[in-house]
Amino acid sequence: MVVTNLLKNQHLLWRAGFGPMAEEMHQLATVSQAAYVKTLFKSSERKPTYIDVADGALKGLVMGLNELGRQKRLNEEERRKIRQQSREELRSLNLAWLNEMVNSDAQLREKMALFWHGHFASRNINILYQQQLLDVIRRNALGSFATLLQEVSKSAAMINFLNNNQNRKDHPNENFAREVMELFTLGRGHYTEQDIKEAARAFTGWGANLAGEFVFRKAQHDYGQKTVLGKTGNFNGDDVLDMLLQQKQTAFFIARKVYRYFVNEVVDEDRVEWLANRFYQSNYDIRGLMHDIFSSDWFYDAKNIGCKIKSPVELLVGIRRALPMTIQNEEVQLVLQRLLGQVLFYPPNVAGWPGGKNWIDSSSLMIRLRIPQLIYAADELNMTPKDDDDQMMGMKAPVMDARKKKLGSQAIAAVIDWKVYLRNFSKVPDEQLIASVAQLLLVVPPSGKEAVVRNYSDTSNREAAIKSATIQWMSTPEYQLC
Amino acid sequence: MLIKRKEFLQIGSLATASLLVPKFLKAFEAPRRVPPGNKVLVILQLSGGNDGLNTVIPVTNDIYYKSRPKLGIAKEKSLLLTGEAGLNPALTTFKELYDDGSLGILNGVGYPNPDRSHFRSMDIWQSASESHEYIHTGWIGRYLDAQCAGCDKPTQALEIDDVLSLAMKGEAVKGLAMKDPRRLFNAANEKYFKAIARTHAAGDDEQPVDYLYKTMAETLSSADYIYKHSRQHPTSAVYPNTETGRSLKTIASLIFSDINTKVYYLSLGSFDTHVAQEGQQRRLFTEMNEAVKAFVKDLKANNRFQDVLLMTFSEFGRRVAQNASGGTDHGTANNMFFISGGLQRKGILNALPDLTDLQEGDLKHTVDFKNVYATVLHKWLQADDRKILGKQMQYLDFV
Repeated sequence: MVVTNLLKNQHLLWRAGFGPMAEEMHQLATVSQAAYVKTLFKSSERKPTYIDVADGALKGLVMGLNELGRQKRLNEEERRKIRQQSREELRSLNLAWLNEMVNSDAQLREKMALFWHGHFASRNINILYQQQLLDVIRRNALGSFATLLQEVSKSAAMINFLNNNQNRKDHPNENFAREVMELFTLGRGHYTEQDIKEAARAFTGWGANLAGEFVFRKAQHDYGQKTVLGKTGNFNGDDVLDMLLQQKQTAFFIARKVYRYFVNEVVDEDRVEWLANRFYQSNYDIRGLMHDIFSSDWFYDAKNIGCKIKSPVELLVGIRRALPMTIQNEEVQLVLQRLLGQVLFYPPNVAGWPGGKNWIDSSSLMIRLRIPQLIYAADELNMTPKDDDDQMMGMKAPVMDARKKKLGSQAIAAVIDWKVYLRNFSKVPDEQLIASVAQLLLVVPPSGKEAVVRNYSDTSNREAAIKSATIQWMSTPEYQLC
Repeated sequence: MLIKRKEFLQIGSLATASLLVPKFLKAFEAPRRVPPGNKVLVILQLSGGNDGLNTVIPVTNDIYYKSRPKLGIAKEKSLLLTGEAGLNPALTTFKELYDDGSLGILNGVGYPNPDRSHFRSMDIWQSASESHEYIHTGWIGRYLDAQCAGCDKPTQALEIDDVLSLAMKGEAVKGLAMKDPRRLFNAANEKYFKAIARTHAAGDDEQPVDYLYKTMAETLSSADYIYKHSRQHPTSAVYPNTETGRSLKTIASLIFSDINTKVYYLSLGSFDTHVAQEGQQRRLFTEMNEAVKAFVKDLKANNRFQDVLLMTFSEFGRRVAQNASGGTDHGTANNMFFISGGLQRKGILNALPDLTDLQEGDLKHTVDFKNVYATVLHKWLQADDRKILGKQMQYLDFV
């Protein structure tokens, strides 16, 4: 396979972001990667705006409760209402972040944030906590991994999700200590059960209040001696996080995971070692790590291009970037996330989304292949996602059934704005249109399929040909890859 | 008649002599028929955490009635099985099956360090992991991995749903989800998909794109395969017009055909009864009861009841005490039903939960659910349970 300049840029934009925008497609063949890399990093430098969808009344209630202390106990009905509202607002947060991924020019930051969102997976229906954690992740997405780890570990979302509020002197809860080692830093096999027990003692007293602020509860902290990873001392939680960062294994673990996510699931150990060493020496500078990857020659090797199965979010966002559209019924995007197995803010568990081939089964693949047609022809989806009782909890049965029915039969109801996209083909001769569309949309050559797509496209005029071929090429397995 | 493993592999792989055709393209060729008489497993998932204590009621237990002054079901109202146990009044068919010797009830099923999150606990049940492990494959999926390496179709395990559950996903082989054989994937674009799939030429070393085309080709050919079989001997029996009724009707029609499906999976919910439990559980139980009634009658009429095992499970049970909203909150251990004409042991299989020995208000489990899986895999499906579950679990004696 010849790796053209066009292909290299597409590869870069799909991996360091969510694929090319309709507006920039015409320049992909000519701009250099160095220039693109520079722009990607530059546009991600800005501090992100806090995404805030939470209703004022909910915040007021929470703050009020905080002032009153825990004396005022909410009754069951009030608590259910809060949970219900919180869940509704998580849907808004999901859509708001999705829009950022589509529209923000800080593509690298949002992509990196999506990576950390899976790495620091937290399932928590409290909207305020989730907003905070998302902000922590977006602010530090390209910053220092040390800071990111510290802030995440002290976030109310994580403290609650991993039960650290229940981690008390004499009654340690090991959940956070275990996951911080197994999933966030070292990885399995680089610590002992004894390390977890001792580290859990160091994290005793770490908690969060209702407003989502970190609190250190002195009375619950175990001030005794602990031995963690071969060192003994009167450690607190911060000390343990520092010790985990001092371990070179942490740099290896993260570099490897980043490599698998951004470069190739088949790991080249020499490259990872090189990346990990530099990452460690830079004091965990994420920006540097990503720059090392995207500015290397090997990143653009043929074997690293088109070898990744897009996650559902990458797929949906990518389509919206290529084909700017107005979606009347935004909620249908949540249904698609559920049908395809990736709902933002609802990772399957603390290990995040497994990714790769795990995205694909007969149902999910066929739904993926149908999506472009659903958008284009405004068909009804007519599929019902599975119940998620964590999301539905507390809803009364008739309400829930009605909602399920409604969700399942929704149309995407999108209007594609073709103008800008069509302009990319103004200079393409008629007979090359079908192939040209494939070239701009796919990073895996669809060898031998042009005739089929032509057969199933409307070639009565240029515009119809471009539009229908776009939909058909997007409905191929090749388009699932990046 | 039990199918031997060798036969199963032959049947399952639809082997053809043509070695030159890439394997997944063979999926388009005509399948060979499976001899009838083999064992079938139907798994009914009660999603949301069914309240086991109001399902199999300990009718002489004071603690039960004290903990549930409002929700407790009186002995006279329950369908008495023994002196100390009665069924929920909505489960009349289950009572008949009990009397008939076709029902087994296993109490106190759960796992160590129970998790009270729906999603997580369901993952644990479906993947057959320990509560601290994260496994990305399901137990039926790994059964497929073990039994049909090289199979062309994922139809050995079918889920009646639009979305495939984790339970059905193996490392190499995944089951197939479909709600209605007539419209497996609703694709207006079906002809295009078939044309494009046929055009694909896989290279020697499987690339990700080949994997996707393989899945696509298998799905398309499975759709035709299932549709054809669903019309071979469609049941003429009357089923209730509920989702569970329709699903079991579809399953029955496929069971009567010579399709190669060994495992069917379906779900009913939501049993997450934090509020107004009585009505909600009754509504769901009635749906289950009527559908199972029609299903068993149909199986019996077609002499297949001996070969079919239907089992129910839920991700957890509920707390012993009722809450303040006429409901119950997330709990731990729970009971499972086994329905078949081929049970080796029937009735109430072990002791009812001990309400004097609770852990923070919750039941302690007495049977690990993985023992049930091992039993079903080994004794019913003749599979290598040790390989599938990653360890040797104890066998039970209900089949």
